[in-house]
Amino acid sequence: MNEHIHAGAPRSAWQWLRGQRTLLLLAVPGVAYFLVFHYAALFGNVIAFKDFVPFQGVWESPWVGFDNFERMFEDPAFWQAAWNTLALAGLQLVFFFPLPLALALLLHSLARARIRGLVQSVVYLPHFLSWVIVVALFQQVLGPTGMFGGDVAFVADVLSNPDAFKPLMVAQIIWKDCGWGTIIFLAALSQVNTDQYESAAIDGAGPWRRFWHVTLPAVRPIIILLLIMRLGDILTVGFEQILLQRDAVGPEAGEVLDTFVYFQGVLGADWGYSAAAGLFKGVVGALLVYSANKIAHRMGEQGVYK
Amino acid sequence: MTGILGAKEPRPAWQEKPRAITRGAKAVALIVICALVAVPFLIVVSTSLASPDEVTDNGGWVLFPTEPTLQAYEDILSGGTITRALAVSVGVTVGGTLISLFGTITLAYALSRDHFSLRKPLLLMVLFTFLFPPGMLPGYLVVKNLGLLDTYWALVLPVAINVFNLVIMRGFFQGLPQELYDAARIDGAGELTVLLRIVLPLSKAVVAVIGLFYAVGYWNSFFNAILYLNDSDKWPLQAVLQTVVTRGANLGGNTTEALSDSGAVAAPQTYQMATVVVAVVPILIVYPFIQRYFTKGVLTGAIKS
Repeated sequence: MNEHIHAGAPRSAWQWLRGQRTLLLLAVPGVAYFLVFHYAALFGNVIAFKDFVPFQGVWESPWVGFDNFERMFEDPAFWQAAWNTLALAGLQLVFFFPLPLALALLLHSLARARIRGLVQSVVYLPHFLSWVIVVALFQQVLGPTGMFGGDVAFVADVLSNPDAFKPLMVAQIIWKDCGWGTIIFLAALSQVNTDQYESAAIDGAGPWRRFWHVTLPAVRPIIILLLIMRLGDILTVGFEQILLQRDAVGPEAGEVLDTFVYFQGVLGADWGYSAAAGLFKGVVGALLVYSANKIAHRMGEQGVYK
Repeated sequence: MTGILGAKEPRPAWQEKPRAITRGAKAVALIVICALVAVPFLIVVSTSLASPDEVTDNGGWVLFPTEPTLQAYEDILSGGTITRALAVSVGVTVGGTLISLFGTITLAYALSRDHFSLRKPLLLMVLFTFLFPPGMLPGYLVVKNLGLLDTYWALVLPVAINVFNLVIMRGFFQGLPQELYDAARIDGAGELTVLLRIVLPLSKAVVAVIGLFYAVGYWNSFFNAILYLNDSDKWPLQAVLQTVVTRGANLGGNTTEALSDSGAVAAPQTYQMATVVVAVVPILIVYPFIQRYFTKGVLTGAIKS
């Protein structure tokens, strides 16, 4: 316990500053980053309550109260974007969310470490590719000049068909991140003491019962953790991915809240209005994280934070 | 061990012998999964190596080029848009990664020291940003007000520190044995000396993997460039490629004016695919290193906390 050597009791503010000087200086660049690019930016959300005029600046632009929000709630384009967002999030939850666990169980069941390692290397890789690349790869396989595009009627217009847009987005997420999502489950599965399986087997539990009583409890906290994080983030359904492909199907099928903010605000120069949409999304998201975490605590789970 | 050495049964004694049908189904599933990942790559690489005529004759893609040629690569790398964009990407990635590592290491170190009086409030301040991100438009306004629009700083500074990476780094610093710090203290070493001489040399692995994460992030990002750089002559590779991808979706995957300003009469498809390959290769190069650190569990420990 050598704390006394360095901590001591500061006798004056000057001495305190001297003792902390180096650490303070080290913290400055990082803290400045968060103050400027997160907190100052967070503060910039006040333009949601203003009629923001760029050359007047954030301060000088006139206040308009909740006008932007009122306009937003009456805007069918906003509701279309909100609906698309929720529909995509729902599809992701049903069709993407369980897959990493399934793949992790498959990988975990492989007795040979070498094969498992090889498959892991292959399935983690797409996570590290940019969405530009992923979309380009999909075009090369499914596009009009792609591998299946020319000949198979079913996929002929899959990239530009509004009805196919949402399933296509989910399929791309599965391709890109299903393998990556197994990591956290594999880590949990490797923590399970094999003695537990052995004693369960000796007690006569078959593979299915061992899965139910040993494997599942081991991954349950992680399933809940990921579910909470997903619920809190439910209004975020993949901005870059959708931005790249929205124009192929048009805003009716392809607009989500994030792209709505971008097209209204940055390209349409409707600043206050689109900041209102962004702020709405941020507040709902924070409330969702908070409530999901509360529910998890009620259920006796750890949740994301205490 | 026996499994690696090729012994027949790495399966523990208590486990039932899997039925042949189960084993077969598993093998098929694994092969299909790996093929789903690998085949698109194979098509892209093959098409980029094929001759333009062959690509056109074949309807836009080739799996086994009859006469492989590097012509498409020579064309795009001989000084046109792609060459310039590639240089921008490399510069932003290298510079950005260094800046990110500097900011992450210094703040993570300060936040890892128990006797730093501002540790708790600053940590809270950092973690809060995770719960409530500022949003795209306010972020844009900050960059605009700082006069960073149309500069390469705009591609780096707004994303300089990633909270997740910061938390991992801090967790690693905290996990180093306390005795090291105490011994250095007794020797009269200041915090800076401790960081540079003791902590960093012991943290090479975590610094490397987090640096690679930042690098992959910078290399892959395209939206910041579209948002902050009005002048598309300044765009990095992924942003240029993005124009091909979005226009391709509209026009049938065959538009490449963006890529063919060298004037060569090659099938645009080979240019596109060669560009995709150029954009992917750096990721493939660093991927084994990233993966090695995962299997070592450098990160899994931090994820748990």
